[in-house]
Amino acid sequence: MSYFLQQLINGLQLGFVYALIALGYTMVYGIVRLINFAHGDVFMVGAYLGFYALSLYHLPFPLSLIFAMAGCAIIGITIERIAYRPLRNAPRISALITAMGVSLFLEYFSSLKFIFGPNYLAYPRPFDVCIYGIGDICISNIQILVFFVSIILLIFLQFIVQKTKTGMAMRAVSYDKDTARLMGIDVDRIISFTFGIGSALAGAGGVLYGIAYPQIHPFMGIMPGLKAFVAAVLGGIGNIPGAMIGALIMGIVETMSSAYISSTMRDAIAFSILIIVLLVKPTGILGKGEIEKV
Amino acid sequence: MPKIRNLHLWLVILAIYVVIAILISLRILNPYWQQIIQFAFIITISALGLNLIYGYTGQFSLGHAAFYGLGAYTSALFTKCFPQLGIFSFVLGFLCAIMVVGLVAFLIGLPILRLKSDYLGIATLGFGIIVKVVFDNADAVIPVMGGSRGMLGIPKFTVFPLTFFLMVGAIIVIRNFVYSNPGRACISIREDDIAAESVGIDTTKYKTLGFVIGCIFAGVAGVLYAHLYSFLHPANFDFLKSIDVLLIVVLGGLGSISGTIIAAIGWTFLLEGLRVILPPQILDWRLVIYPLLLIIVMIIKPKGLGGGMEFKFLRPQNGTHT
Repeated sequence: MSYFLQQLINGLQLGFVYALIALGYTMVYGIVRLINFAHGDVFMVGAYLGFYALSLYHLPFPLSLIFAMAGCAIIGITIERIAYRPLRNAPRISALITAMGVSLFLEYFSSLKFIFGPNYLAYPRPFDVCIYGIGDICISNIQILVFFVSIILLIFLQFIVQKTKTGMAMRAVSYDKDTARLMGIDVDRIISFTFGIGSALAGAGGVLYGIAYPQIHPFMGIMPGLKAFVAAVLGGIGNIPGAMIGALIMGIVETMSSAYISSTMRDAIAFSILIIVLLVKPTGILGKGEIEKV
Repeated sequence: MPKIRNLHLWLVILAIYVVIAILISLRILNPYWQQIIQFAFIITISALGLNLIYGYTGQFSLGHAAFYGLGAYTSALFTKCFPQLGIFSFVLGFLCAIMVVGLVAFLIGLPILRLKSDYLGIATLGFGIIVKVVFDNADAVIPVMGGSRGMLGIPKFTVFPLTFFLMVGAIIVIRNFVYSNPGRACISIREDDIAAESVGIDTTKYKTLGFVIGCIFAGVAGVLYAHLYSFLHPANFDFLKSIDVLLIVVLGGLGSISGTIIAAIGWTFLLEGLRVILPPQILDWRLVIYPLLLIIVMIIKPKGLGGGMEFKFLRPQNGTHT
């Protein structure tokens, strides 16, 4: 039982990081109906920015986090402006292929020696790891940090989306772009803002991931990115609480399958979930169906 | 008239073959370049398959490398298990691989092809990753397959005439398919599946047909690949490899056989050939330039560079051109 609870905590740690990435996927999909493949790589850039802030400039952890988030927000907005905006009215697959191009570009460009370099880097920890025992269960200060930062960010996001005027505009745009424009909402600005917020969250996720699993390389974003996307689909893509729930489920399922089945099979299990969800209930747990109009 | 034109065509194909064969026998092309030429043809076969699935039938697949890998592993396993059969082990392994790939494509395609556009892409991508995990862990069940250590010592059966004529065969098959009745049904599904359904086309049937044929092409390419390099590793069949093929199809042009051939051969030579010529510092930039090219092409010409264009000999001799 204590082994199970221990794995549950580890799973939640992973799940919260996935949640930070999945939110960017789901918000962007909700607004422009685009699977932003490059999102996982923005996450990677976030991890690297945090790495440089922590190890090169020796910034304290909160400042490093903000630095990574701001950097990622700028990158996200730039990507949207350059690559996706010209394709706003193109077929969805064209935009998707472009997103893949952006993803590959970020990966290979970061691998160049004068950018991040192709090697694995050890991630610095902002403080020493210490482990607290509660009964048989261990929880480290790193895990507490991951929980704490992610929950704060999730609450902050919920506040922006639900309580502010920009958030209301975001919801309006995701509901109906043209009507939103008629109501005087600057749709382009809202889309940029959404990419910025989503990328900032991914950046924060990157820093937390780097601290929790202390090794980074330019291709680290692919798998967490894809799994966070699975989480977004599982929760119902376009739905913010759904993405959080989906991400926590994904994190727990992944940790449990490593713990009880086999760690090499966990990717297969994660993507089997994806295929099953897509076939059985493509709208996910909380998503609403769309009616196809001829 | 048509007969004479076909004769011309066959002579040209034969001439290309003879020229390359002579270059090989005179040792002007060293084994390294021979391998690259064969690899280019293999990639062409695989890309033609994806073009049938995505370019003609409009079903966005990101799991092409999985079928490529399935073909490669099936045939490699068969030939390694029955070495006493000699060349027949290759022939049987080849047929076996085609059947396995076709069956898997059929079984996975039937449910998955109900999905549309990006959802289909994601589902096939998931399938590709699952297949790669299976390859990674295959040694637990069948030790010969080597799992994540890779599969060694596969007998070399792939020779230049085989790859060349299989590629020519693939081009002929795909060209004849596209201009046949089922092929036109596939194209109509790409243009508008609801409209296609409403004029009585069994969309599920033709989607699955296009998908299975396209995947078998990938399987054939995989078989050739396995017996060319005699070493297989799961990393050669991961999802980045699927994207490579997609890149070729998109750059060459959706629904263009000529474009795919040119893009596949050109891509292989740029990727492999430049390895010898350029200094290593610039070499890394290759992989940065391809995605940039992809983005630019998508923004400027979403149907690809050669989208809708076709060499004259690949078009039907009379009637309208799609």
